[in-house]
Amino acid sequence: MELKDFNNRNIAPGYIFFEGEKAPENGWQIFKRIVKRSIKGELFVGLWIVFREMIRFDIHTVQYPAEKLEMSPRYRAIHKLLRLFESGNERCIGCGLCEKICISNCIRMDTHVDERSRKVVSEYSINFGRCIFCGYCAEVCPELAIVHGSEYENASEQRAHFGLKEDMLTPLDTFKAKQQQEFPGFGALSDNADEFVKKTPLAY
Amino acid sequence: MSDILITIDGKQCVAKEGEYVLNVARRNGIFIPALCYVTNCSPTLACRLCLVEVDGKRAYSCNARTKEGMSVITKTEDIEKERRAIMEIYDINHPLECGVCDQSGECELQNYTLEMGVDSQRHCIPDTHRPTKNWGLIHYDSSLCIVCERCVTVCKDMIGDSALKTVPRGGTELDKSWKDNTEKDAYAMWNKLQKSIIGVASGAETLDCTFCGECTAVCPVGALVGSDFQYKSNAWELKKIPASNPHSSDCSLMYYDVKHSSIKDSQPKIYRVSSDHNYAPLHGAARYGFDFENIIAGKDEKTFAEAIELLKTKVDTIAFDSFITNEEALILQKLKEKFNYRLVNDDALAYQKFLKAFSQTSGVSLYSGDLQKIRESNFVVSFGTALKTDSPNSGYAMNNALLLNKGAGLYFHPIADPIVSAYSKNLLSITHKVGAEEAIAYLLLDLFGDKAAMPQSLVDYLATFHTMSKKTIQESIKEDVKEMVKDEESGEEKEVIKSVTKMVDKEIDIDTNALLELIGAEADLSEKIEKLLDKKDSFSLIAGEDLYRHPRAENIAKLLGFIEKYTAFNVMIIPSRTNTLGVALICALDEQKGSFTLGYNVKADFTLSALGNGDLAMPALNQQEGTFTSMNKRVVPTNAALAFKGYCLNDIANVLGLESEWTIDYTQELPLSKGYESREFDTLPNTFDNSGYENRGYLLNVQSVTGQEEVEPLAEIAVFDSVVYLANPVLHFSAFTNKAHQLNTTGALYASAEFLEANNLKEGSVVHISNETGAKLVVSVQLDAHIGGLIPYLPTFDTKLDIAPLFNNGYRFAKLTIRGVDHE
Repeated sequence: MELKDFNNRNIAPGYIFFEGEKAPENGWQIFKRIVKRSIKGELFVGLWIVFREMIRFDIHTVQYPAEKLEMSPRYRAIHKLLRLFESGNERCIGCGLCEKICISNCIRMDTHVDERSRKVVSEYSINFGRCIFCGYCAEVCPELAIVHGSEYENASEQRAHFGLKEDMLTPLDTFKAKQQQEFPGFGALSDNADEFVKKTPLAY
Repeated sequence: MSDILITIDGKQCVAKEGEYVLNVARRNGIFIPALCYVTNCSPTLACRLCLVEVDGKRAYSCNARTKEGMSVITKTEDIEKERRAIMEIYDINHPLECGVCDQSGECELQNYTLEMGVDSQRHCIPDTHRPTKNWGLIHYDSSLCIVCERCVTVCKDMIGDSALKTVPRGGTELDKSWKDNTEKDAYAMWNKLQKSIIGVASGAETLDCTFCGECTAVCPVGALVGSDFQYKSNAWELKKIPASNPHSSDCSLMYYDVKHSSIKDSQPKIYRVSSDHNYAPLHGAARYGFDFENIIAGKDEKTFAEAIELLKTKVDTIAFDSFITNEEALILQKLKEKFNYRLVNDDALAYQKFLKAFSQTSGVSLYSGDLQKIRESNFVVSFGTALKTDSPNSGYAMNNALLLNKGAGLYFHPIADPIVSAYSKNLLSITHKVGAEEAIAYLLLDLFGDKAAMPQSLVDYLATFHTMSKKTIQESIKEDVKEMVKDEESGEEKEVIKSVTKMVDKEIDIDTNALLELIGAEADLSEKIEKLLDKKDSFSLIAGEDLYRHPRAENIAKLLGFIEKYTAFNVMIIPSRTNTLGVALICALDEQKGSFTLGYNVKADFTLSALGNGDLAMPALNQQEGTFTSMNKRVVPTNAALAFKGYCLNDIANVLGLESEWTIDYTQELPLSKGYESREFDTLPNTFDNSGYENRGYLLNVQSVTGQEEVEPLAEIAVFDSVVYLANPVLHFSAFTNKAHQLNTTGALYASAEFLEANNLKEGSVVHISNETGAKLVVSVQLDAHIGGLIPYLPTFDTKLDIAPLFNNGYRFAKLTIRGVDHE
């Protein structure tokens, strides 16, 4: 933050105003615009492909919802917060890297010190109205705590219904039923990760 | 010290002779890594990273002094290897908890590790269990500590508390085999690191200091942090708003670190205060008393209309305090000019009068001293102020001067202060009689005045205090006696000179100075001062709040003017509140209130208040932009950290016919005749240069004044026995500091252990305080371990304690009767 940033008291800086398309002036120009906007050659290309595939009778459509696709681990759907397999504690240490790296600036977290002098995340939220599912948060997470899920059935009245910590964190009963799976996608360690690590000597 | 030329990495640099090489390099933009050095403090030599080559030889730039023609190379292959090894050692067993650490990337250990390219580790040693410590406002995580000793250094050299020291770590001994395959300096550093850790100097469980928190500011890693801030936010999320200390007149540069309150509440909130620790120390109230903002829901149009109506009709007086900006003071002055309101501000009025009397004899409109001058001097005198609590930053400057310039000093105050006394063994604390400040001013003139230049009448008057008497004392002298000795072997006679000690009676002149007795000092004070003055050449004098409302204030001010003019002292007259100097310069103040008073942060018939208890809410100083006039005679800007949704003084002024869009439009209208400049607020810088130059705002112009060089003779001091002082405890300055959640407390009668014992009181016992006119106060007693003597003090920060009637003439010492309350 520099001094000049404080000197700018304009409430909404950074807006760019442009004139836009010239408005039609007479009936003929309006007619021309309507024709130009509504009739395009590409329309008929699309119609032809649909028609061609229809008459071949060799359709590969998945029979959803009776049949569901197996998603690749690299698929990036609504996020999940995982627990540690050993203890069931939350993996998230509240380092804030996901918050920092998020290019659409949609992650926020509240942290505090708990009675055991540890940093805990009291609340975590992703604004799914803004999230572009780029996967940076999962990639930067040093604990593999925030990961992308593969669940693509996200119908709800509001996108916000998926965005709080309680929505994303593996529920304890799911965890106890051993249904939490390790995430192999973005940010996970590669199989040969050990080869790249130099060991630090230990004096024990 | 003269200017010389030295070469650093081929660049010609101008330096003062004897300066540290590191400082010259920094000033010239040449980077030398250093972990343990703090500017303006003595070199610790803990980290050894600042290793350089001076004329082909290895030296540490933090303690290598410059010499004419010296050539410094900051980087060679050898040095880089050594530095890399040092960082490798620092990384041994350092917890890899950077993800949660409060330093969150603003970590010098992390920076230098990356800078030196440490990517692997060769060394190992078993770790030692180092538990975390909670020291009240300060939290110490010793496992993160790299024992750079910056905290210890700054606490001693800058702050003067000396509350921290290195203590044994109890770690494993280094295996000697490491010595052969570790670089020399890295090994020496490791050897020391493995043996020590930071602890409380007194050996107690918890810190018992003035809690300035400067140790948390200098800590290069996340070991020392504010307890309140712990794990609350990452540093990179906080927006730094540059501001000036709103609580006291040092107006030090500080930053409000602001972020949204929480996920649920996106309103900005101040999380902590940070500072430029190399250049501007902050006291505890500035560091911890940041959340005194006045949060309100919205504009209260009805009350606003009522205030306007009152101002148009009934109000004839505006009473205010000096916790306002220069711009607000100017608005009030303009309102006065337009509507003929009386402006009442007791504290600023006293200061104004004092300054006026001062310039009568000094011949200049403002005093010459400032914090930088104090820091550069080697003889500092403080009188008329409880330095530690009234103006901690002046205390820091004094301590810094005493320690780094091999300085000496005098501290005159009726209340003994063990913290100030412990600054240096060359600081003489004189616990003088209450009210003796005038005599002290005369004494200083007598001791330091240039008798040849001073008016003859004054010289003659000073001479009347001296009585010469003759006294016979026995003195031992050495006398050489010649003796003829016969050498037994050769038989020759030789003349041998022997030295014999003899006692002789000698008559000497004894000069008795009556002033010393008037002050209540011991008779040998003059000799003691004489000793302290050895090799001293630059002098600073700090004068404070006790004097402004002293019954003899005017005369003391005139004497101070003489001291400014006829002694080597640079006098600094500490403005008693944040912007007392600004108000005193800008406003024409009145003595008496009229029939209907509008108060601004002062309780009155109708009150505008930023404290949240008035009729109409006003923005607090962290919600306003504007300027302060600091004790350094500098007009410094401060920015708004938080928004304020209500009305401010400018809105009121606008309705009353002063046209101005923003309060800061008044910055360029500040009175030129008083030394202000016509500069727009937005052009005022607020930084420190790499050289440590305070590039903040601008300096007031000092004008010459013609006045009469006349002073009155010393008036007799009324001796009273049961005295109570008016002062705030450490960390408090006003009701605003008490609003901050970390500092909030209840006021009490603060007394020394000695006082409690003498009066058979315990901490927490309730006393009844009254004066001759019948004003009363019932208050509990609290122990203040950092004062001595039998004078307790009452605070002003707690608005629930109505202490004003007890100190009705404003003088900080009042004769009060204290009586324990019996519980039957």
